[in-house]
Amino acid sequence: MSKNQKTYYDLAIEKGYSRRDFMKFSAMMAALLGLESSSIGQVAKALETKTRIPVIWLHGQECTCCSESFIRSSHPLVADILLDKISLDYTETLMAAAGHQAEKSLQDTIRDYKGKYILAVEGSIPLNNNGVYCCIGGKTFEQIVEEAAKDAYAVLAWGNCASAGCVQAAKPNPTGAVPIHKMISGKPLINVQGCPPIAEVMAGVLVHILTFGQIPELDRLKRPKAFYSRRVHDTCYRRPNFDAGLFVQSFDDENAKRGFCLYKMGCKGPVTYNACGVMEWNNGTSFPIKSGHPCIGCSEEGFWDNGPFYTHLTNFPGFGIESTADKVGLGLGIATGVGIAAHAISTNIRKRSLINKVNGKPELEKNES
Amino acid sequence: MHPVYVWELPVRFFHWINALSIVALAVTGFIIGDPPAIQSATEASFSYWFGTVRIIHFIAAYVFFFNFVFRIYWGFVGNRFANWKNFIPYTKRSWIDMWEIIRVDILQIKSADNPNLGHNALASFTYFITFLAFLLQVLTGFGIYATTSSAWLPALFAWVPAMLGGDMVTRDIHHLMMWVFALFAMVHVYLVFYHDYIDWNGTTSSIIGGWKFQEEGKEEREKELDK
Repeated sequence: MSKNQKTYYDLAIEKGYSRRDFMKFSAMMAALLGLESSSIGQVAKALETKTRIPVIWLHGQECTCCSESFIRSSHPLVADILLDKISLDYTETLMAAAGHQAEKSLQDTIRDYKGKYILAVEGSIPLNNNGVYCCIGGKTFEQIVEEAAKDAYAVLAWGNCASAGCVQAAKPNPTGAVPIHKMISGKPLINVQGCPPIAEVMAGVLVHILTFGQIPELDRLKRPKAFYSRRVHDTCYRRPNFDAGLFVQSFDDENAKRGFCLYKMGCKGPVTYNACGVMEWNNGTSFPIKSGHPCIGCSEEGFWDNGPFYTHLTNFPGFGIESTADKVGLGLGIATGVGIAAHAISTNIRKRSLINKVNGKPELEKNES
Repeated sequence: MHPVYVWELPVRFFHWINALSIVALAVTGFIIGDPPAIQSATEASFSYWFGTVRIIHFIAAYVFFFNFVFRIYWGFVGNRFANWKNFIPYTKRSWIDMWEIIRVDILQIKSADNPNLGHNALASFTYFITFLAFLLQVLTGFGIYATTSSAWLPALFAWVPAMLGGDMVTRDIHHLMMWVFALFAMVHVYLVFYHDYIDWNGTTSSIIGGWKFQEEGKEEREKELDK
């Protein structure tokens, strides 16, 4: 309990960080949130004076890549104070407690911080067959989320699973997996998209809530605008190659070696909203396109169902796996051409009298006879 | 035969601007969807051809859109052949006429003269469907264009991808719809020739000059049909 009365600054100092480290961290967070430099003080003050926000971090149908991403955040303080000290009131994969103790800790947090804690959910929720496909501690995940969300201040949907269902919700979705926003209503909800989301984005959302006491500005799909308002395409360093029409044709060609645009390799950058091109991953080391692989659009709804990763055109439903819209279109075009030809022939046979009439032939015949 | 002024000048302008912009949009759209393979050692800074293809697509889209808006307006102020009421089959009569045209002109199981001077009932309905296709293409097109533009017009369509579930789906619909236009154009041009061939009423040249030809004594019937 006592650790919950402390501020982030107290916890950082306790952990052995210097004030300098702390100020650097505050500056970094302000920059990530896209704030002006004058707001660094605001962020630092919030971290210094406000007591930590309790966070319940639930894991449903997921692969834990969101947690993995988060603990690889570029600044150690992110993992140390935001993760260790903010969030670990309850999280299945990282908490020290286990069994009944852990479940008790969950119930305690819900009770003690009613309306104040943040519920972060990693993973989708299976609803088929009463949600039996994901049970923890004798309860279905559906029940757990419902209970935990009831008294939460806000709900954070970590990653594509919680935001859009990801691979579990891909066709045919055998477990009936749904994202959080399909289940919870009436609570502020933030979709922190990506598979996984970028660690700094996850940290940034938490710091924003802490600093300003409200959820960040969201786009229409409830993603924080600070990170998801631009397409990967628009911040991509290979963009000039796109405009110049210089494309990689296959992964082992000269163009790939020259670092041309991956558009023809099915890059989903033009239809994907994320900050990969700006923030990059793993301490700003790289991001998929930088390492020569097209974007697969992991921060977009239904990216598993939107055709193959390595081509742009979607599979046309009902025409087999390999049929793209263009093949179907061409087939229909040929069919139309054949239909036109058939109709033209038919016209010349069945409309003969009419054609003769307009050509004036019947009158001629009459005159002759 | 006597001439009747059917397509007014604005209608003819609409038709040709529409046709040209659709050709431009389809060609550039197809290139954008699947750009040709060019093996080149050049630096990106020396070339901008793909950007040019895209800007042509976007400009043609604006032309197409405002042209379409204008045609809707003309549907309220134009002559009786241009009137919006032609296009929506809200009477039982238009459905009966449509069936008649299917039997006479499509299946050719019945022989009859073509009593129509403007669009026949089936053609009108087809154009109505085409207008809906225009609308869908405008919605999805400006929808995916919205985030790359700071102009107010595309911004009005930003809700479209959000409603459909993202840019991916929106883009796919936009691409599929292009084929609807291609198929429409094939059938459309063929049927123009067909009617010229069997009805001898100058259908083909009417969209240039505006005049169609009608047999003497048929005018009364035309008026009757209008009621």
